[in-house]
Amino acid sequence: MAALTPRRRFRGAGHGRLAPASALGLGIGVLWLSLLVGLPVAAVVVTSFENGIGDFWQEITTADALAALRLSVGAALLAAVVNAVLGTLVAWVLVRDHFPGKRCVEVIIDIPFALPTIVAGLVLISLYGPQSPFGLDLVGTRRGVFLALLFVTLPFVVRSVQPVLLDMDRDVEEAAASLGAGEITVFRRIVLPTIAPAILSGAALAFARALGEYGSVILISANLTGRTEVSASYMLKRIEQGDTAGAAAVATVLLAVAILVLVLLDLLQRVVTRRA
Amino acid sequence: MISPPLPGYRKVALTAAFAAAALGLSSCSGSSGGDSDQINVVGFSVIKTAYGELSDAFTATEAGKGFSFKGSFGASGAQARAVVAGQRADVVAFSLTPDMEKVVKAGVVDPGWNADPRKGIVSRSVVVITVRKGNPLGIRGWDDLVKPGTKIITPDPGTSGAAKWNLMAAYAQAMGPSKDEAAGKAYLEKFVKNVVSWNDSARTATDAFVQGTGDVMISYENEAIAARAAGVELDYVVPASTFLIENPAAVTKTAPPAASQFLSFITSPEGQQVLGSKGFRPADDSLKVTGVKGANDPDKPFPTVAELSTVEDLGGWSAVDEDLFDEQSGLVAQLRK
Repeated sequence: MAALTPRRRFRGAGHGRLAPASALGLGIGVLWLSLLVGLPVAAVVVTSFENGIGDFWQEITTADALAALRLSVGAALLAAVVNAVLGTLVAWVLVRDHFPGKRCVEVIIDIPFALPTIVAGLVLISLYGPQSPFGLDLVGTRRGVFLALLFVTLPFVVRSVQPVLLDMDRDVEEAAASLGAGEITVFRRIVLPTIAPAILSGAALAFARALGEYGSVILISANLTGRTEVSASYMLKRIEQGDTAGAAAVATVLLAVAILVLVLLDLLQRVVTRRA
Repeated sequence: MISPPLPGYRKVALTAAFAAAALGLSSCSGSSGGDSDQINVVGFSVIKTAYGELSDAFTATEAGKGFSFKGSFGASGAQARAVVAGQRADVVAFSLTPDMEKVVKAGVVDPGWNADPRKGIVSRSVVVITVRKGNPLGIRGWDDLVKPGTKIITPDPGTSGAAKWNLMAAYAQAMGPSKDEAAGKAYLEKFVKNVVSWNDSARTATDAFVQGTGDVMISYENEAIAARAAGVELDYVVPASTFLIENPAAVTKTAPPAASQFLSFITSPEGQQVLGSKGFRPADDSLKVTGVKGANDPDKPFPTVAELSTVEDLGGWSAVDEDLFDEQSGLVAQLRK
């Protein structure tokens, strides 16, 4: 209880007024965010409506634009969901299990982060291209695109769930078990509520990353318009054609989808946290 | 508290203003004046190594003594956009004339840039068919590419302006000297159907090809030569009927006189010899280039093409951009649907 008192006092004093240090912090934070994120995003949105809302609509409803958007959003959602499950599993294994070579696995997890995406693309096409050692040729298929997205987004969920699992108090689980709860019940009622926010935020990051992914996808997708062309590639094409407004229109749609999904996940996260 | 505290939001505003001012100041002091001894070359990616040697050779001459070079190389279209957006450039070199027109339109390069006898073209090549080592499918020309099941790779003309050369070549050779548009269209339709990978750039097309995608790749003679010289396992076929690739270069309006001298040097026999050694066909046919590493025959690197079409044969760039490459109504876009 004693620990709570200073926080209460701080809350009372800080309400509506900031200490000089935090005012400086807030100022720099807001400025930094505006310069780095706010300004470019605003520019994109403004550019997309440059020629009026009619043109904007026309740009995003061409068959090619729709196909590209559908592929990017669909594959990104699917990749986020799959990696939310499998990433959690990997994190679980890494935290709770002990096995030889665990350290190596720890390092390997981050490789999709560290690898330049075009190198990732090369690796993927050599493994799942015409010269695949597994006889699996995914070049020019949506499954190939999906695979590339799975690869680059894996670390997000693993790395956000892992620290939460590490911090978790095992006593509660043991208490539940001693009260007769089965393993599944313990996981469902105790573990999952605790790590769910981390899973969701990891999934949100994975989704956001997959939505705009270009480098790792571009080789294996073969860039077939209307079939495997991702939004990023479609936008590049618009820019190359001198149609920045068209590129910005598609970007704005992606932005809206991203915000929608992030907000939904955030809401979900709050619900889950409150229930826990 | 020594002074009465400001309301929180005003503090935030003040802090923001100070930070902005600091940023503004630092960015002012950061920009230095132009260096007149330095020639800024902005060019398309393939020409990078050739320009490195050209600049070295130029600084070794009387006119070029004391100059230094700063090069920026990347995708032709992106480079043109960068220059339009204000990237400092004295010499610009693009893979195709429409990119030059972009910077002319922006007022960076004089509209009379192509008034010389060479029409502003400094390097040339031809469209070739790149095949796997030893040419296992026995590809000899364009007709072999549209056989059922032949898998073609080409960069996408939508993202790689330079890929337009490839599709123009396929189209023009099928039209033949009689300019039979129906024949051209019929061929292009079969051609497009056989394309298994439309890569975003010549670079990724080569990567995909080397990794096993496709049976043939449409590329330029100079690129095939450079790839072979670098040890990449592939062969190339110069078809009896193909297309002339012409790369333009120009100096900008603000360029120092040395930039013009550098450009003259590039088009001089000496400069063309350097470009020739990198696999570019000399702008002057009488110039003999030998010992080209990577060419099918290093001592006779540039075989004469029986039927060589040019962009003029197709009515010039504006006609081509509209009829073939318009994203909605162009023939290529129609056939890809």
